[in-house]
Amino acid sequence: MRIACPYCGEREVGEFSYLGDASPKRPHYTIDDGTDPVVLEEAFNEYVYLRDNVAGTMREYWYHGGGCRSWLIAERSTLTHEFKSVQAAPGAGAAKVTLQGE
Amino acid sequence: MSGYTESQPFSRTSAKEEDAGPRAVGNAQSHRLRTGGLIDRKAPLRFTFDGQVMTGYAGDTLASALIANGVKLVARSFKYHRPRGIMTAGSEEPSALVEMRSAARREPNTRATTQELYHGLVASSQNSWPSLRRDFMAINSLLSPIFVAGFYYKTFMWPAKFWETLYEPLIRRAAGLGKSAGQPDPDHYDKVWAHCDVLVVGSGAAGLSAALAAGRTGARVILVEEDTRLGGRLLSDGGEIDGMLAGEWLRETSAELEAMGNVRIMTRTALFGVYDGGTYAALERVNDHVPVPGSHQVRQRLWRIVAKRSVVAAGALERPIVFPGNDRPGVMMASAVRTYVNRFAAMPGRQIALFTNNDDGWRTAEAIQDAGGSVAAVVDPRGQIPAAYQAMAKASGLRMLSGVVSDIKGGVDGVRGIVVIGNDGRSQRISADCLAVSGGWNPNVGLSCFHRGRPVWHEDIAAFVPGDCPAGMTMAGAAKGEFSLGECLRDGHAAGAAAAADCGYHKNAGTSAQAGEEAYAISPLWQVKGKGKAFVDFQHDVTASDVTLAQREGYESVEHLKRYTTLGMATDQGKTSNINGLAIMAAASGRSIPETGTTIYRPPYAPVAIGAFAGHNRDENFHAWRLAPSHHWAAARGAVFVDVGLWKRAQWYPQPAEKDWLQSVSREVMAVRNGVGFCDVSTLGKVDVRGADAGVFLDRVYINAFSSLAIGKARYGLMLREDGIVMDDGTTSRLAEDHYFLTTTTAKAGVVMQHLEFCRQVLWPELDVQLSSATDQWAQFSIAGPKTRDLLQALCDPAEDLSNEGFPFMGAREVKLRGGVTARLFRISFSGEMAFEISVPARYGNAMAENLMIAGKPFSVTPYGTEALSVMRIEKGHVAGPELNGTTTADDLGLGKMMSRKKDFIGRIMAGREALTAPDRQVVVGIKPIDVQRRLRSGAHVIPKEELPGPDTDEGYVTSVCFSPTHNQWLGLGLVRRGRERYGEVVRIHDPLRNEDYEAEICSPVFYDPEGVRQRG
Repeated sequence: MRIACPYCGEREVGEFSYLGDASPKRPHYTIDDGTDPVVLEEAFNEYVYLRDNVAGTMREYWYHGGGCRSWLIAERSTLTHEFKSVQAAPGAGAAKVTLQGE
Repeated sequence: MSGYTESQPFSRTSAKEEDAGPRAVGNAQSHRLRTGGLIDRKAPLRFTFDGQVMTGYAGDTLASALIANGVKLVARSFKYHRPRGIMTAGSEEPSALVEMRSAARREPNTRATTQELYHGLVASSQNSWPSLRRDFMAINSLLSPIFVAGFYYKTFMWPAKFWETLYEPLIRRAAGLGKSAGQPDPDHYDKVWAHCDVLVVGSGAAGLSAALAAGRTGARVILVEEDTRLGGRLLSDGGEIDGMLAGEWLRETSAELEAMGNVRIMTRTALFGVYDGGTYAALERVNDHVPVPGSHQVRQRLWRIVAKRSVVAAGALERPIVFPGNDRPGVMMASAVRTYVNRFAAMPGRQIALFTNNDDGWRTAEAIQDAGGSVAAVVDPRGQIPAAYQAMAKASGLRMLSGVVSDIKGGVDGVRGIVVIGNDGRSQRISADCLAVSGGWNPNVGLSCFHRGRPVWHEDIAAFVPGDCPAGMTMAGAAKGEFSLGECLRDGHAAGAAAAADCGYHKNAGTSAQAGEEAYAISPLWQVKGKGKAFVDFQHDVTASDVTLAQREGYESVEHLKRYTTLGMATDQGKTSNINGLAIMAAASGRSIPETGTTIYRPPYAPVAIGAFAGHNRDENFHAWRLAPSHHWAAARGAVFVDVGLWKRAQWYPQPAEKDWLQSVSREVMAVRNGVGFCDVSTLGKVDVRGADAGVFLDRVYINAFSSLAIGKARYGLMLREDGIVMDDGTTSRLAEDHYFLTTTTAKAGVVMQHLEFCRQVLWPELDVQLSSATDQWAQFSIAGPKTRDLLQALCDPAEDLSNEGFPFMGAREVKLRGGVTARLFRISFSGEMAFEISVPARYGNAMAENLMIAGKPFSVTPYGTEALSVMRIEKGHVAGPELNGTTTADDLGLGKMMSRKKDFIGRIMAGREALTAPDRQVVVGIKPIDVQRRLRSGAHVIPKEELPGPDTDEGYVTSVCFSPTHNQWLGLGLVRRGRERYGEVVRIHDPLRNEDYEAEICSPVFYDPEGVRQRG
């Protein structure tokens, strides 16, 4: 498998580590903002554990640890292993919207 | 013949040319043609098979040399120990497997058909005792009724324990093929990458044509060929191309390709795997054609080739016909007979009969006659034999029979005659010592199917052709089902030019070479039914009746058929058997062949030695080493090293009088506790954290606060995973307003770096913070013991104030050393003693160790290793890897109070879950055996004193142990349910692995200086 790192060019998959689904966003909150702890825990539970088992194109995290140390988001077909795009991932994991109920 | 080799009439007497070479024993090269063939008669080679010395010529394979010497019996079969001969002339060979070489280089199951002959070659038959001719285990053949499909499952069901003790050893003795060397492989193997635009696989007419077309456009081309020379079937079949003999065209084409700087030709290189992203794997047999590789040379080389496009011109494989006795030595593939006659000038029989259901088989009869051999008869089941061949038969007096071969007469030494049943129903026996069989050709579709592409049935040629190929791959020539020479040349040229164009090379690819369009008509014939064993899979001894039995028992799916009968599961992967097996299954189950389908093709296409996959990564080079900056100094002092991840760390420093490790370690511990010692701790991960938001960033990744840390101070920090479990710990110091120096454990350095980068890049890119790994940049030493300050004062510039006021506990700043080097000094302690850690640039690592010895001499400084380090941390109750084990929370480790309530941090929310905060969790405690002589062992279970051991009463386990020279007994840390409430309780320590059971007291984990006076002193 070859991954086209946007900084380093096409490299062998052994230079990269895989993290998985890039869709979950880390819930944003501030201490004592009045969020119901149950809601907060539920949001984190979803962020940490719940993943779709995608048959088709998946957006996923890859880390170019053997190269530029960039975290990347790749669109890859889980059926054919074809990479459709590879991009740098700044900010991709942070929730842009506030929690439900806010 | 129509080829480029000129053959003279085949002589029945021993040829004269052996006079030129060494004398051979026996019937020397009795089956060698006087002239012709791609062999060098001026280079005779002596070789030994089963102790018998024979000669062949340069250019021979072991198989062709054996055939030239009239040897028919070369092997015994896997299950029934049936006598077997040479069937094919290529890597698809199922039968002629021999053991090559001897001692540590012994290699079983080598195909005689691909093994190049060399002077002094030693090969022996395998799977026979006491000899190949009189094989005791041939009795298996008489017992064959119980050796049918699935017999293991049916016969050895009961009683279960007999399987391991009785049945399996017996079966393993009786069945199986060769024996492995059983010694370390003395040869070297290499792994190499290559990159190209167009990869061409196979160098027959189609492959050469493709390479030529692509090469002419300027594309970077790699041409791989598993054989020793280019040409593929051209070497055996000849023909006419562009008005010249095939051999001439081959020479010209090879020369043109070799002259192209953009074309790399790799012979002896078999492509065996197709992987994602245009990555291909090939095995180059660099030195299998010499007795021993030259010095500094590898035996084989594993190539990983990255190609934008590939043209697979892997040819086609001829398939056998299934009939009783079809495994007798002397029953061969018709195309192989043609190869032995034309390419190797070796005539496989005196009287060769042919059995063919297609036109191509007739070409073998032609070739035998052209070479002066004798054709006993051609048996063709087709009602209508093409007129051209009828005419040829008439002209040359060839006996032509419409019918089928229904049985083979003969013995251990092979075929003596064939039984033919005519289409008119009459049976007759014909004398012959060799039968050449052609059941038609199967395009070699394997490589096209490695990404689960399924081949498609093509009725015209009664064979499967490639379906969807892996991305970037095109099949060409016979591999695609184009069987005529003209089609192969045109198809290869078109595929090569198109592949180059896809890579952006549009220069003129020239025109394709031209050749005739010989007809290929076939009427499928899979099986001739009759009495006696008719083999489908020759290597695994699977017969037609095994296939039909599997069908009757419900194993109709080809995947079930394969596993139940082991059809196609031998080292040849069913190259000659799979299609016949599924055709027989289709007939038995009343389905069509395409309905029945094929099994999934998987790499490797041909067997690959494990050594080739390992390459140089074996023994001490199994993985890379990382050496601590003072490694060479430690090695010179005789340190014993231990592997910690990739690192080699000094474990202890034995002294001559010491009789075991425990003595050395205890001495080192006491030297630190009473004086001063030092230890290289550079293996800890080090990360430079810089930027205006560095403190905020650390606040979010650690459970405790770092933005509030004063400049010039260090603080112990604990990180969680997002699920609330402890990830890592370490000390982080603030060197400037916007500069922190973070350390991790040795084991987690890489993981933590990756995690920190994730947090920085993915979660909080708005923070102004940068990370750089500094693990390799700094040599860091822990200096510990009551005399540490004395030693450091001798080392540092006299202006440096190292007093408790000038450098308090948890201080961190730069200091100047005598001699001018700037070091970083941290007043932190893992041992519980007055201690510092000092960092200098890594290149000073050895010098630093030497200087510590010199400066510390008046204080009897003692270097200590990781073992003493571990003893002291257990005595002090510090947690490490065995406690940070991926199941523990901060509170489990006794560090729950560190969790800040004022900020968000990774893991904060999930750490608050009910199960992770439950009061009955197992927490870190100290464990002290009641019997002070008792050796405590980690892994032992903690059970309440009055209870019986079991899952219900298990309350935890011992995680870390040491012999404490300070307390003169074994001590340990453990994870025990509600442990902190149970100090003073006596529990049962139960160790079923070592069969030990004793009592111990639960206590505080801090065995040494619980008030922390010493480290602050």
